[in-house]
Amino acid sequence: MAFEGLAERLQGTIQRIKGKGKVSEADVKEMMKEVRFALIEADVNLKVVKEFVKKVSERAVGVDVMKSLTPGQQVIKIVKDELTQLMGGEQSSIQFASKPPTIIMMVGLQGAGKTTTTGKLANIIRKKYNRNPLLVAADIYRPAAIQQLETIGKQLSLPVFSMGIDVSPVEIVRQALEKAKEDHNDVIIIDTAGRLHIDEKLMQELKDITSIKQPDEVFLVVDAMTGQDAVNVAQSFNETVGITGVILTKLDGDTRGGAALSIRSVAGKPIKFVGMGEKMDALESFHPERMASRILGMGDMLSLIEKAQENVDVEKAKELEEKFRTQSFTFDDFIEQMNQVKKMGPLEDIIKMLPGAGKIKGLENAKVDEKQMVRVEAIIYAMTPHEKTTPSIINSSRKKRIAKGSGTSIQDINRLLKQFEDMKKMMKQMSSNMQQQKGKKKMKMPGLDSLFK
Amino acid sequence: MSFLKKMKEKLTGTSESETVSKKFKDGLSKTRTQFTSKVNDLVAKYRKVDEDFFEELEDLLLQADVGVETVMELMDSLRFEVQRKNMKDTAGIQSVISEKLVEIYETGEEELNELLIQDNGLTVILFVGVNGVGKTTSIGKLAHRLKQQGKTVMLAAGDTFRAGAIEQLQVWGDRVGVEVIKQSEGSDPAAVMYDAVRSAKSRGVNVLICDTAGRLQNKVNLMKELQKIHKVLEREVPGAPHEVLLALDATTGQNAMIQAQAFKEATNVTGIVLTKLDGTAKGGIVLAIRNKLHIPVKFVGLGEQMDDLQPFDTEKYVYGLFAEGLEQEEGNDFKN
Ligand SMILES: Nc1nc2c(ncn2[C@@H]2O[C@H](COP(=O)(O)OP(=O)(O)OP(=O)(O)O)[C@@H](O)[C@H]2O)c(=O)[nH]1
Ligand SMILES: Nc1nc2c(ncn2[C@@H]2O[C@H](COP(=O)(O)OP(=O)(O)OP(=O)(O)O)[C@@H](O)[C@H]2O)c(=O)[nH]1
Ligand SMILES: [Mg+2]
Ligand SMILES: [Mg+2]
Repeated sequence: MAFEGLAERLQGTIQRIKGKGKVSEADVKEMMKEVRFALIEADVNLKVVKEFVKKVSERAVGVDVMKSLTPGQQVIKIVKDELTQLMGGEQSSIQFASKPPTIIMMVGLQGAGKTTTTGKLANIIRKKYNRNPLLVAADIYRPAAIQQLETIGKQLSLPVFSMGIDVSPVEIVRQALEKAKEDHNDVIIIDTAGRLHIDEKLMQELKDITSIKQPDEVFLVVDAMTGQDAVNVAQSFNETVGITGVILTKLDGDTRGGAALSIRSVAGKPIKFVGMGEKMDALESFHPERMASRILGMGDMLSLIEKAQENVDVEKAKELEEKFRTQSFTFDDFIEQMNQVKKMGPLEDIIKMLPGAGKIKGLENAKVDEKQMVRVEAIIYAMTPHEKTTPSIINSSRKKRIAKGSGTSIQDINRLLKQFEDMKKMMKQMSSNMQQQKGKKKMKMPGLDSLFK
Repeated sequence: MSFLKKMKEKLTGTSESETVSKKFKDGLSKTRTQFTSKVNDLVAKYRKVDEDFFEELEDLLLQADVGVETVMELMDSLRFEVQRKNMKDTAGIQSVISEKLVEIYETGEEELNELLIQDNGLTVILFVGVNGVGKTTSIGKLAHRLKQQGKTVMLAAGDTFRAGAIEQLQVWGDRVGVEVIKQSEGSDPAAVMYDAVRSAKSRGVNVLICDTAGRLQNKVNLMKELQKIHKVLEREVPGAPHEVLLALDATTGQNAMIQAQAFKEATNVTGIVLTKLDGTAKGGIVLAIRNKLHIPVKFVGLGEQMDDLQPFDTEKYVYGLFAEGLEQEEGNDFKN
């Protein structure tokens, strides 16, 4: 049961608005309801969603949606822009101390990925920044937490400082600082035990560690699958320990990752890295725009919309739509449409960008025959203006002439004529279907219809 | 069957639902009474059953990760019932709410909270789940629980991948006082299982609990590996694995549904262990999982210690879904 993305959710409303030609405040309100549900299903916290929707509605009502390709897509774009902006810029820099050693402390709930990320981070710090990190095993509670970090240290050939489980974490960190000085480690990364944000005793322990020497970075490590509770976690950790950044783990899964937005809006701290796997090299920088698309469940839909907006003449697209509806679509329009689509780039690429396209069997290998398109063009150019608008007059002698003029065969022409008729029928069916199911959101290929007209 | 369909059936009084209703009344145990009285308190804060009331309830459930679809179904059925009975004030609605909330979980299905422990011969329990949810810890706790019940238990260290995983299980084995069958890091988990089953049989233990590495459900190869493990157990012991327990982190949001679906497909999950309920997250998605996939929650994890595992109690759980939230909201803008 995959959850519907925003584009799918908005289909119903979009279809109706198209028919009406004017977007009312009520329409925006209805679309915002879908935006709200899409975000909740993506695990964005409800309160954050409410604030967000309020902000976006204001923008959506004011915008000149009718000038845009389609109003629905414009709304999606506003939502995504706003999301991207909220999530902050791309930031994967680490704040190093002006005077070494730099202290980095990892904090978070149980099982979030702190220990694993400690290793990954150390790996980056050594490779990318050419520094010499020391890993500190300050989790004395979880069974075999120290062995886990030591194994990771061994894998990376990096030193791990540990004192067993009978010394307090505060003392361990104190001595680790000494050790770092001795061994000339310019960065120390402290792996702390997972703890609940409501566990006062253990939250105090974190404070005590920071009071030895204030860390340069305190990274809150959060599981990307986290639900509504992410706000409480981020808020508590931020208030008690003062986090400087966030690392979102397990993003190699198929979660929408709405927690990213929740955390960002309550803590206001940048998301610096994302965990993309269990291996030591699976730590990447955070891309707010990608995250926004992911939360909205849109694949690369947005880049497709942008492409369409750059290349498709809005007025022409509207004319074409009108022609479909009134059945006055001609071969001239056919050519026009082909050209519009061609401007957007190779068809294979366009198909790949459609959400859900990956799930359609066989489509991943779909090859569009560009030669065939050239042939079709040639045939149409060989027609007289009258033939283009009224293909029914094309009899066998006209076919012979067109074949000769276009360098194709009678069969090619027959095929195209049949395709054209089929297409008209399909369009007729589609538009009547759309009328029928207005308000419903059960389009098979969301967005496809509006993109290719 | 969908919750709503069940509800309608119940309201029109078909036989299956009559037993539900009867069971509901018969089962008005002490916890149920406590639960209902708490709902009473809660509802007493309102004079009227109006849209504000429904909206607040809806928000609380959404914030407990119950999920849009389930919440909407629930609200629909509540509104329907309120209208049908023409309830204007809050008197009487308490029982409706508690009934509906419990029913959305139980939907008339048999109580399956108990583990299927064989009377004779070896019982094999397989733990599965995504990374870091609490599989290994829950195994430690369950081993302790079973041991206290007089069973002999053995553990299989089937996570040969994650750093320190074998050592972690070994610490739990030592704590609880049960044997751990293990091989070296990096060895084939299916081979570990084979070994473990053989040892369990020859030692004549009652229960073998198998740990596996955490894996995200969208990793095809890792899910295949899990199926292979499952197959080995199936082949070596008739009827095994007798229980496949999916560990779910209560902090997880809507992705838990996809987890449950994928792991059910791969290994025929028989129950859920809902971990980390001692935090502030509610894991409300288990309502939808039970409703759509019919997987019951068997245990809840309430901490990191040996005895922090409890059998699942529907009423207690369902009340917890919104009660605390309601109390928190109180004094804010909740009432008006
Ligand atoms: N797939 C995937 N797994 C991850 C990622 N980060 C961590 N993990 C896994 O998540 C699990 C928990 O990771 P740990 O590093 O032990 O988590 P922790 O926060 O240190 O846990 P505690 O110390 O018990 O609080 C392990 O199985 C890791 O391999 C990630 O980005 N992707
Ligand atoms: N507060 C709390 N912590 C828990 C609970 N169950 C497990 N944990 C903690 O969660 C963290 C991860 O638990 P593990 O048992 O290692 O999880 P796992 O699923 O085996 O992890 P991987 O094998 O890495 O996939 C540890 O720090 C546990 O102590 C619980 O019920 N409550
Ligand atoms: Mg750890
Ligand atoms: Mg484990």
